[in-house]
Amino acid sequence: MATRETSKVPVNLDINGEQYDVLVEPRRTLLDCLREDLGLTGTKRVCDVGNCGACTVIADGRTGYSCLMLAVESEGLKITTIEGLAGEDGLHPVQQAFIQEDALQCGFCTPGQVLSVVSLLERNSDPSDEEIRLAVSGNLCRCGAYPKIFRAARTAAQIMSSK
Amino acid sequence: MIPAEFDYYAPTSVQEAIGLLQEKGPEAKLLAGGHSLVPLMKLRLAAPSVLIDLNRIAELRGIRSSDGGVAIGAMTTHSEVESSPELADRWPIFHVAGAMIGDPMVRHRGTIGGSLAHADPAGDWPAVALALDARMHIAGPNGERVVPAGEFFVDMLTSALEPDEVLTEIEIPALEGRVGMAYEKFRHPASGYAVVGVAAVVVTDGSGSCQDCRVAITGAGPKATRATGVEEALKGRPLDEQSISAAAERAGEGMAFLGDIYASEEYREHLTKVYTKRALLAAARSAQG
Repeated sequence: MATRETSKVPVNLDINGEQYDVLVEPRRTLLDCLREDLGLTGTKRVCDVGNCGACTVIADGRTGYSCLMLAVESEGLKITTIEGLAGEDGLHPVQQAFIQEDALQCGFCTPGQVLSVVSLLERNSDPSDEEIRLAVSGNLCRCGAYPKIFRAARTAAQIMSSK
Repeated sequence: MIPAEFDYYAPTSVQEAIGLLQEKGPEAKLLAGGHSLVPLMKLRLAAPSVLIDLNRIAELRGIRSSDGGVAIGAMTTHSEVESSPELADRWPIFHVAGAMIGDPMVRHRGTIGGSLAHADPAGDWPAVALALDARMHIAGPNGERVVPAGEFFVDMLTSALEPDEVLTEIEIPALEGRVGMAYEKFRHPASGYAVVGVAAVVVTDGSGSCQDCRVAITGAGPKATRATGVEEALKGRPLDEQSISAAAERAGEGMAFLGDIYASEEYREHLTKVYTKRALLAAARSAQG
């Protein structure tokens, strides 16, 4: 098969409130762009085909699989990655709650789990157990930390509502 | 996993997209939510040389009322369809079926038009579109044409769309009378796809008998399909458990069933009858409730 030179295209990305100008091949996924071009390695690559949720980011307020989004199509979206949660006051309440409830074992799915819970709590400050389960249903945890993840989500909701 | 190389275009109007499709030829593919196409490209099962991204075309998004019914833009996401108050009231099947698609991330990015055009044999929207007798609005070089859902699904992963056409809108006609609808699905526990899914719409009169009904099955065969035998058996009969059970026995008549590592042909045939009965019972309850 003949190879051809694929030209890179300029893309402006809004990630965690910062503007990044990158030059990428159109086939570059948002996930690979984050990890390889921008050094934001908190977003994890596991299945790479939209089954596992390790690569979850928040795009315009909604969780999405960064492994199935192209960097070029992400221009104009407000992207939040796990690196964007902690502020000047320290960790995000959901991150605090995950630590407090020991809601991880190996930790590889954790950035995605945390972002799914953050996204849920931004829309629903007092979710039911069922709503929490559904919110993380796209984030696979093979260690089986779910009971503690659900507890961490409830704890985070309490921390956030008491502020 | 990295897709094969392609050139990328992001038109901002349907006309521009059609122009690109004509110019680039059949090697070009349209990108909607990308949740079917991009995995296929990563696995190198698809390698289009040109990708035309529909995400920047505002006219393809949103839900509006249309001639007593409703029209859903092809690029409206599953999640927008699922949570739409305009749809929830008169077409509750959109909420029910939408909430059963994949997982939250899939629903946030995947689109109803992308799902219909992809014509996955286990997709949920094809059954819903058939049961609601949806009208597919298709734009091409020679203007617009409308294809009824019953003629849209041609074969496995094949719709009636020509290579230079764009699915723009899914029109749902108004339903007269006392209407009930339901979607029942045996959901694959990992993928969320329908091992078998059945959409049912029933129309009843004051006496509780079935004036009209449409039943559509997905997941079971190579394409979503109407269960006309079931519909014939139920029309004019009371919407009670006895008539519905008898009618549901005809589900799968004339169908070719798929067998794979998840479910054999025999099992899918069995599930088709069971889920047809459940969907009709639920639809009858909502019509009479």
